[in-house]
Amino acid sequence: MTVYLPIAEISVNLFLILGMGGAIGLLSGMFGVGGGFLMTPLLIFVGIPPAVAVATVANQITASSVSGVLAHWRRGNVDFKMGIILLVGGIVGSLIGTWIFTILKSIGQVDLLISLSYVIFLGTIGGLMFFESVNALINVRRGSVKRKKLHQHYWIHGLPFKMRFRKSKLYISALMPLGIGAFVGILSGIMGVGGGFVMVPAMIYLLGMPTTVVIGTSLFQIIFVTINVTLLHSIATQTVDIMLAVLLMSSSVVGAQFGTRFGTKLRGEQLRSLLSLLVLIVCAKLAFDLVITPDDLYSLSVTAGQ
Amino acid sequence: MRLMKAAAINSLGHLALFATILTSFSLFPLSKAAADSTLVTDISSHLISVTSDFTGTELLLFGTIQSDNDAEEFGHDDLVIVVRGPRKNVVVRRKDRIAGIWMNTASVEFEEVPSFYALASNRPVEEITSATSLNRLKIGPVRLGFLSEVPGAESFPFQEAIVRQKSEDNLYSDRETAIHFLGDTLFRTTIDLPANVPVGDYVAEFFLFRDGDLISAQSSPLFIKKSGIGRTIYDFAHDYSVLYGIAANIIALFAGWIASVIYRKD
Repeated sequence: MTVYLPIAEISVNLFLILGMGGAIGLLSGMFGVGGGFLMTPLLIFVGIPPAVAVATVANQITASSVSGVLAHWRRGNVDFKMGIILLVGGIVGSLIGTWIFTILKSIGQVDLLISLSYVIFLGTIGGLMFFESVNALINVRRGSVKRKKLHQHYWIHGLPFKMRFRKSKLYISALMPLGIGAFVGILSGIMGVGGGFVMVPAMIYLLGMPTTVVIGTSLFQIIFVTINVTLLHSIATQTVDIMLAVLLMSSSVVGAQFGTRFGTKLRGEQLRSLLSLLVLIVCAKLAFDLVITPDDLYSLSVTAGQ
Repeated sequence: MRLMKAAAINSLGHLALFATILTSFSLFPLSKAAADSTLVTDISSHLISVTSDFTGTELLLFGTIQSDNDAEEFGHDDLVIVVRGPRKNVVVRRKDRIAGIWMNTASVEFEEVPSFYALASNRPVEEITSATSLNRLKIGPVRLGFLSEVPGAESFPFQEAIVRQKSEDNLYSDRETAIHFLGDTLFRTTIDLPANVPVGDYVAEFFLFRDGDLISAQSSPLFIKKSGIGRTIYDFAHDYSVLYGIAANIIALFAGWIASVIYRKD
């Protein structure tokens, strides 16, 4: 059964799109990532124009994130205070990121830069996370869990504007989440993604938040990022395909519910190791595409209509 | 494959049809025999609606060759039919390996590249007429000769890439024995419009050759338009983009909330 998408201007198989939405929704609810870094390439692969894919995925992520956040919130796993501070930083950062993107686009080579920055960031984050979580898993198995010091002091704890985050069990300077939010915002502005896969590890390792709270909080702040992206694309490029978005949403919101259930059954280090594997697979695929000889050395893009 | 229901063309369509027929005669220099033979042609549908369940359609093109001359004066008649889609500017980029990584290095921009091009003829076009006249009439995907600022030899591989990729997407086709003659004068052919056919203004051109000379040419317009819910969504997205963005977000928030309400009990 096929459906014609009015903005993408292409017919797609209904069940293929529903299946993709469900799978990405599942990962989203489980790991707290929006899933844009997986969904966008998948949609491009089935023939959706890249601009439509990017804008529509943002719209779909809003739905699956709301679904996931509500499920996590019921379990008391969302730190709204932390989320809002990250968000403020994120908005400032994404403005800077979008500005950098525009400059890169005028120079050309923006695709290559996006791919390269994906490979570098996914590789670094995935690799570090993989080793940390596997070590933690091995230690658990051996039963030799070192009792972590309740409180470790770095220079960052000397920063001013200290705030208490009850849900995250933290008492840190507000400048930390603000700065991390801004940094992820810049990246997501450049790479055109919600930034969940950068935000989640940053919250775990840089802020020291418990993994369970990280997922709900990450989804919470992603909602606002993607609402903004959807609105901007609707106005500037008219590339949000509501038909496609609704199809993706209808299965991804269900997937997110089940993802949340699976996720809460797993321990922090298990979740982190699975997420790191996912990130590393995507990274390997992107790196492979950069190096392997393409099927066709030429690519077409339409610049102006009649 | 089902035929799309044809809607009546409005008066504007008729006007355009008339105008293009007139211009087609002045554009293509015809040989002396032109006055003796005329083409009467039609298409199964001048307006194709792309609805939400559009999976492509088949276009039937048919007609007859009318001649005032006696039958014994007939030479060999050949027919070429071309359906062309709206023209777009296209940038073609070429990748090269630099430090182990494939990146875009060279690019050529072409103007007025047809987004759709289907050719049908009763035998290979090279046998019908000379290369010069094929080039002049731009018959065949390889002879479209897209305009660019880069000199021909340099831009040729880029042109080839357009034809190759459009052919892979079923948007360019070249079927050299697709026209069937029924008797001496009646002819018909079908052209596939795939699901990914670009919307816009099309033109169907009929070329009649006798012994290699173009003796008659006709063109008629063809419109491919979105309709139904797809049309409404598309218009809404372009005319009320702010409202559209807000609506998209409300739908997303609502969809997320509904799912969590349904799956509340666990």
